[in-house]
Amino acid sequence: MAENTTPLLAVDNLTLEINRTGKRVVNGVSFSVFPGEMVGIVGESGSGKTLAARAVMGFIPPAIRKVSGTIRFEGQDVMTMAPKLLREMRGARVGMVFQEPMTSLNPSMLIGEQLDEGLALHRKLSTAERRALILDMLRRIGIRDPEGALTAYPHQFSGGMRQRIMLASVMLLKPALLLADEPTTALDAVVQREVLELMVDLTKANNTAVLMISHDLGMIARYCSRIIVMQQGDVVEQGLAQDLLSRPQHPYTRKLLAAMPHRGPARVLPRADVPIVAVRDLVVDYGGRQGFFRKEKPKRALHGVSIDVQPGEVVAVVGGSGSGKTTLGGAIAGLVKPSGGEIRFNGKPIDRSETAYWDYRLNCQMVFQDPYSSLDPRMTIGDLVGEPLRLVSGMGKAEKARRVQEVLTEVGLAEGFASRFPHELSGGQRQRIAIARAVVRRPSFVIADEPVSALDVTVRAQVLELFAELQRKHGFSCLFISHDLGVVEQVADRVVVMHEGRIVEEGSRDAIFDNPRHDYTRKLLSAVPGLESTGDGGVRLFWRLSEGVTAEA
Amino acid sequence: MRMPAPNALLGGFLIGTLIIVALIGAVWTPYDPLQLSFRAKLAAPSAAHWLGTDEFGRDVGSRLMAGAATSAWISLLTVTLAVICGTVIGILSGYFRGWFDRIVMAFNDALLAFPGILLALGLLAVLGANKYGIIVALGIAYTPSVARIVRGAVLSLREREFIAASRVMGNSELFTMARHILPNCIAPLTVLATSMFGYVLLAESALSFLGLGVPPPAPTWGNMLAGSRPYIGQAVWLGIFPGLCISLTLLGINLLGDAVRDKLDPRMRGM
Repeated sequence: MAENTTPLLAVDNLTLEINRTGKRVVNGVSFSVFPGEMVGIVGESGSGKTLAARAVMGFIPPAIRKVSGTIRFEGQDVMTMAPKLLREMRGARVGMVFQEPMTSLNPSMLIGEQLDEGLALHRKLSTAERRALILDMLRRIGIRDPEGALTAYPHQFSGGMRQRIMLASVMLLKPALLLADEPTTALDAVVQREVLELMVDLTKANNTAVLMISHDLGMIARYCSRIIVMQQGDVVEQGLAQDLLSRPQHPYTRKLLAAMPHRGPARVLPRADVPIVAVRDLVVDYGGRQGFFRKEKPKRALHGVSIDVQPGEVVAVVGGSGSGKTTLGGAIAGLVKPSGGEIRFNGKPIDRSETAYWDYRLNCQMVFQDPYSSLDPRMTIGDLVGEPLRLVSGMGKAEKARRVQEVLTEVGLAEGFASRFPHELSGGQRQRIAIARAVVRRPSFVIADEPVSALDVTVRAQVLELFAELQRKHGFSCLFISHDLGVVEQVADRVVVMHEGRIVEEGSRDAIFDNPRHDYTRKLLSAVPGLESTGDGGVRLFWRLSEGVTAEA
Repeated sequence: MRMPAPNALLGGFLIGTLIIVALIGAVWTPYDPLQLSFRAKLAAPSAAHWLGTDEFGRDVGSRLMAGAATSAWISLLTVTLAVICGTVIGILSGYFRGWFDRIVMAFNDALLAFPGILLALGLLAVLGANKYGIIVALGIAYTPSVARIVRGAVLSLREREFIAASRVMGNSELFTMARHILPNCIAPLTVLATSMFGYVLLAESALSFLGLGVPPPAPTWGNMLAGSRPYIGQAVWLGIFPGLCISLTLLGINLLGDAVRDKLDPRMRGM
């Protein structure tokens, strides 16, 4: 952007370390942000991106100490600024939006009061003037009833709406710099795009510079003009977004780009006579709260869903939050009791006979979303992976031990992991264990409920790779539930799109991604940028479904 | 081998001493704990009677040694009873929810509404005032609070994905409860059981004080403490020594409980 003007924010050689251990968490980081510019910091967990950004606000956790470096905001050093000046700078000149919209607004304060708080503190305006400003802002962020919203509480709004309100409360003060720390990570794709476009709108109008922090390179590349890539406390590469995408210099940047999901070749599967799983008109109601004297009306989560999965096929179920995709997976796995419809496994209804039920129970397994809660913390890895074999009849002790070792080798955790506990493992390793546990019985069908959404980008790529490899090797069918279209594009043979408890569209992967019919599918696809490898390690980013394919960064 | 934590050392030392003293007290005491001696009544601690004598001239030290076994045994059995019953009730109602949970918990809450000691008094009136009456009465009186805490722990555990994973594996509900839920309840249970041990020691002494404890002349720390009350002005050692025994035992149990909890939790290992 405007290289000749002086930078709004200049971070120079910033080094932070942990007091107790002396470990460098931010190591000689330098970057600058010019007025009105959007800059993104990309990195995985532990890269120091959040610490570096928070230091700009003068927020350094007590356990961490500055070793060297300066942070100049509008020419003044934030590190040595008097506390009073620092407080005036926060809010008035630098605003911040956090990741978690559910907790960043005070749940016991009215929206009107929260929006007024900053204005009353930093601007000398009368109550009526402030109220007019707030109402104007609420209208701009698309709140339907601004007057009513003033006297509403945060819990009355959805996550996306709350993030808009958070954004509004920050932008009311027209700061010169907005820090956005993973502002849309907790939101689903469609809402994410809406919130980001609103952020671009509001900041453009006030010439506010934005420093956006995210693990999502695609999202950063779409909105920011310059990108800073951080890895384990170091800035490994920074530059204009187009250059960084098309000609990545540092190996880590290349690794990040390579880890972004890409479409594999379409597979041709032999069509079987009997689908492995056949769901017909499945209805699931969630019971309302029930007490001794009252009964609330149940809420319908699935309105008659039918779906078939062929042997060896990977079917992806996509949809936003509340679409019923997880409920569908839970019902097929037997975790949620359907109130209507039928589930057939290998052609037999699972609830009619004992033998059909056990065939289904032993052959239908599941990988859960959160690797931190899906493994019993009191069991060793060996016990965890071996547990499903307990119910396999006719398998000797030695054979079971051999199988556990074999599966651990398959997931790449053979050496010395069997006697460890889950808390000693990283998130990616835990998810490998969860996958090992699901496949140890050699099931014919695996349900994977958002198996990689809690993982870092490069780890995610590795786990997806592993999953695909196991699927090819053992040939199990899979129901892959995800909100992440990129991941779905990579793994799925067939895609089912769900919205509000109904299937709105289904078809082969290529048909859904290249030629979507239903409005909701189009909306989903248009919210996520697509990627195209340029062959020399770089990638090209484009919006799906926009007029033609525009190379943009 | 690393040094055990200081709390384990001190707790172990206190409880070890208690056990040794109780064992010795069962076979040998310096004086016969029931031997009356009116010449030496309310004697201050001296070389002959290290901890003094009581209003009947009985040796306080000997009585404490003899009472240690009774008091510790009553508390241990009571806590075990309450923990077993409370855990079973808590796990079942937390895991199954529904009408079973509602009925059990309504009953549980009704019991909780009574002060534990009042409930125990009522039960003792039915069961008769002796050692086993006390154990059953206090055991029942303390069951509801265990059930409450275990149910709370189970409610949060059952939403964790590893419980769903166990169901998907095909494990029976009983197996899931025993293999996955119970071991994860151990941390809150240890904390609760150790603090309850203290309450029971005190409750036993309160019941003895009201004349419903272990009947005299058999000594327990509780009835010795209760019996010291009229003489607190003349013979302060009568109250101090049983009180000190109770306090040190509680301290030991609590320290040891913390240490055991840390030991049982794989997350605390190697830290």
